[in-house]
Amino acid sequence: MSHTPFIFGAYAIGVVVLLWCAVAPVIRKKAVLRDIRRIIQVEERSRDANP
Amino acid sequence: MTKETSIKKPRKNPLVLFIHKLGSPAYFYRFSGMFIPWFWAIFLVLTAIGMYQAFFVVPADYQQGESFRILYLHVPAAWMSMLAYIVMAVMAFISLVWRIRITEILAICSAPVGAAFTIVTLAAGSLWGRPTWGTYWVWDARLTSELVLLFLYLGVIGLYNSIDEPRKAARAASLLALVGAVNLPIIHYSVKWWNTLHQGSSISLLGGSSIDSSMLWPLLIMSIAVKFFFGANLLTRARVKLLEQDKRKAWVREFVKEGR
Repeated sequence: MSHTPFIFGAYAIGVVVLLWCAVAPVIRKKAVLRDIRRIIQVEERSRDANP
Repeated sequence: MTKETSIKKPRKNPLVLFIHKLGSPAYFYRFSGMFIPWFWAIFLVLTAIGMYQAFFVVPADYQQGESFRILYLHVPAAWMSMLAYIVMAVMAFISLVWRIRITEILAICSAPVGAAFTIVTLAAGSLWGRPTWGTYWVWDARLTSELVLLFLYLGVIGLYNSIDEPRKAARAASLLALVGAVNLPIIHYSVKWWNTLHQGSSISLLGGSSIDSSMLWPLLIMSIAVKFFFGANLLTRARVKLLEQDKRKAWVREFVKEGR
């Protein structure tokens, strides 16, 4: 039995899972920062409209 | 000088002061941000060294053949899956006793990282088991208790997400994390308490290790590398969670306006 598919399979799963684990918070951070910038813009606009 | 002002206030321990400072979200955000790039860099360097050794330097095992190279992923991931739970349980305990919000966040952010390492442990172990044992899975004590660990992580994540108010959610999840800590000694001692297909410990901190040092060093390097992965990932997640929870607070707006 060749062990190569098992070795590459294990490392491929490891890379995919850990890569997703590392990238997920970065994607989330971008979304949160976009949300915060939008809140700031809305507040600044409403402040300008009602000085 | 009045009598009151002449009495010297007791000086606080610098470590206690530092811990108090870390409790401030703005300070924690700034302070933790300094470590993340270093942690990633150390992780990448150590992984490159460890993987090179594991694939190109270490000889094949005389019994397991080439498949034993999977252990350079499986074993560090397995140790990390348990250590992540210890971190989560300690943070959960601190957050339940002292109600520190940063530790609540660190506890809840440990769960997805720990779950990821548990998935890697189970998958890599399963793929190692097929050529070595002749089967992908058996319901032996070590494998089953590791699977329970994954369910505990998923339970903590699920419970936290099911409650809208973040602090109540963190307290409930912390309680579950603490209760689940009973599984850790079961995982560790399962190979001693029961007759399992999974082998016993080959590496001991105090006693001698039963594997050759040429095979041991890459394993230790990879084990240290994943600690830095965990540290970097945990801090990144904690910072995002802080931003998310405090998005209407002044310190977050200052950070966003500064473009950090």
